[in-house]
Amino acid sequence: MELLDNLALGFSTALLVQNVLYCFVGVLLGTAVGVLPGIGPTATVAMLLPITFSFEPVTALIMLAGIYYGAQYGGSTTAILINLPGESSAAVTALDGHEMARQGRAGAALAAAAVGSFIAGTIATVALAVAAPPLARVALQFGPAEYFALVLLGLIVSIALARGTALKALAMIALGVLLGTVGQDIYTGTPRFVFDQRELYGGIDFVSVAVGMFGLAEILRNLENEQTRTAVIGRVKNLWPTREDRRRIVGPILRGTGLGAALGVLPGGGHVLASFTSYAVEKRISKRREEFGSGAIEGVAGPESANNAAAQTSFIPLLTLGLPAHPVMALMVGAFIVHGITPGPNVITDEPALFWGLIASMWIGNVLLVLLNLPLIGIWVRMLHIPYQVLFPMIILFASIGTYSLGFNAYDVYAIVFFGLLGYVLIKCGCEPAPLLLGFVLGPLLEENLRRALIISRGDASVFLTRPISAVLLALTVAALVVAVLPAIRRRREVVFTEEE
Amino acid sequence: MERRRSLPDVLAGGIFILIGGAFVAGALGYELGTPLRMGPGAFPLLVGLIVAGLGLAIVVKGLVAGEVIAFGPVPWRAVAVITVAVLFFGFTVRGLGFVPTSAVTALLTTLASTRVRPLMAVAVAAGLTAASTLIFVVGLQLRIPLVGPWLGF
Repeated sequence: MELLDNLALGFSTALLVQNVLYCFVGVLLGTAVGVLPGIGPTATVAMLLPITFSFEPVTALIMLAGIYYGAQYGGSTTAILINLPGESSAAVTALDGHEMARQGRAGAALAAAAVGSFIAGTIATVALAVAAPPLARVALQFGPAEYFALVLLGLIVSIALARGTALKALAMIALGVLLGTVGQDIYTGTPRFVFDQRELYGGIDFVSVAVGMFGLAEILRNLENEQTRTAVIGRVKNLWPTREDRRRIVGPILRGTGLGAALGVLPGGGHVLASFTSYAVEKRISKRREEFGSGAIEGVAGPESANNAAAQTSFIPLLTLGLPAHPVMALMVGAFIVHGITPGPNVITDEPALFWGLIASMWIGNVLLVLLNLPLIGIWVRMLHIPYQVLFPMIILFASIGTYSLGFNAYDVYAIVFFGLLGYVLIKCGCEPAPLLLGFVLGPLLEENLRRALIISRGDASVFLTRPISAVLLALTVAALVVAVLPAIRRRREVVFTEEE
Repeated sequence: MERRRSLPDVLAGGIFILIGGAFVAGALGYELGTPLRMGPGAFPLLVGLIVAGLGLAIVVKGLVAGEVIAFGPVPWRAVAVITVAVLFFGFTVRGLGFVPTSAVTALLTTLASTRVRPLMAVAVAAGLTAASTLIFVVGLQLRIPLVGPWLGF
């Protein structure tokens, strides 16, 4: 079996001592930032990216991936214990999870979340290993026209999933694409929008954009009304779920895994949508509908599994097409490029050890997460006592140092302030920062492929419609745009998001 | 959901129009080229127009049927202090060196919170400077001098 050979290669890579070690560091940091409200995986990965430049490529990617799915895991702990979702997708978990904690069943809720996440992570890792190679083979036949259409589709789908109005999300994407054009033009070398500053010739670094939008802007949001955190539940006991609980969580876990694995592939907020959808499904089919909202264990197990499965399968578009589905993935594109690897369909054939090693490490990471989260839950609970007054100066200082060390360029540091303030004002006006970052990372790809496709077709713009794959992708793009903008459908979309809030 | 005139919508739209318009104006200064061989100005011009157009749509929608969002308070002190702190870091890290710059940046940042006491600010700044020196300079071998040329080293 080819798959088994590949997995064997993957595990032999992932089980190297330094890879297991950094996988552990990754999931540990991920859990920490997932637990702590006010700092998310995007800002963390952005800050730590410069540190990983000296690592082997596979080690660096294993650690960064670990931060991402570790944070999905840690977010549920905070949601259950203090009703504050540490990560956006854990908002659903807080509904029933915190109710369970108030009834003294925090242990069962945490165990349901951990077991669900582990099962979902395992199944989704297999799904990733099975689905990625055929997709990569298809993607190898893509020319510039197809890539242009695909990137456009990815960007538009990401707004169909974003919360808030579609118009603003669309504008944020376009703004991101626009800001991505700063720096030297790829074809002619003409410096664009650089104000004669040599430091800007290389363009704005995406780490500055991410740290500004997700780090600095978030800190300003949190400093708007400072308050001491509500008292944390002292001790967690009775971790092992009862026989009744075990029976009740099997179905939700499996359904959540399926939903999450499917929705995670979508760009934008696949994991958030997955956990909301899973909750809605469980509530609809449950015989005990009235229990939802007041401590139903299904309402914890389902969404947590969905969310974790989605976190794994969101690597599919990154590894097969080179398209990031989440801001963290966008940062990982940068990590690939720094190590001289172009993310896309070639990775699987050119760097099989890296590709399969990364996939295998996700399963190892999931094992480590269960070990980290259940027996050591007391440590995470205690971490919630760290005052924000210590936390936010740390984020600012580490972000400044990390960004500066990218290229010893002071302009990268100034850019944090620019994007932090811009992001803060826009977020306050109801705009989401994630579409801007996706647009910023994918913008240069969009321009490059548009221009290349037109050069190949000798300036004939109809090439995008005469090539079948490109035409289908563009048709899907138009459909996604209609879905996102059409009021009737949008209202239903809002229902999915707001129903339980 | 209630819909009415919305100031945040108008503000957001205005920002999009401003930035989009600035890029359009800048892009006109570069060669536009032909569809066969697009010049450096063509793509930014196109996207700039889209951004400005969407901004206009958001403003119009904000005046007629805006999204009801509370803009909320602005922590002016935090905005000012953090801006100064990060700019200070970028401006002085080469000249003053890693340790003094980190210490001042951390100290300034702690002042962003209205609840911080002076003693705690100093303690946090000292702790963070020590931690970041250990992590970045000792641990990760970052090539930034500990104390820079401006201080006579």
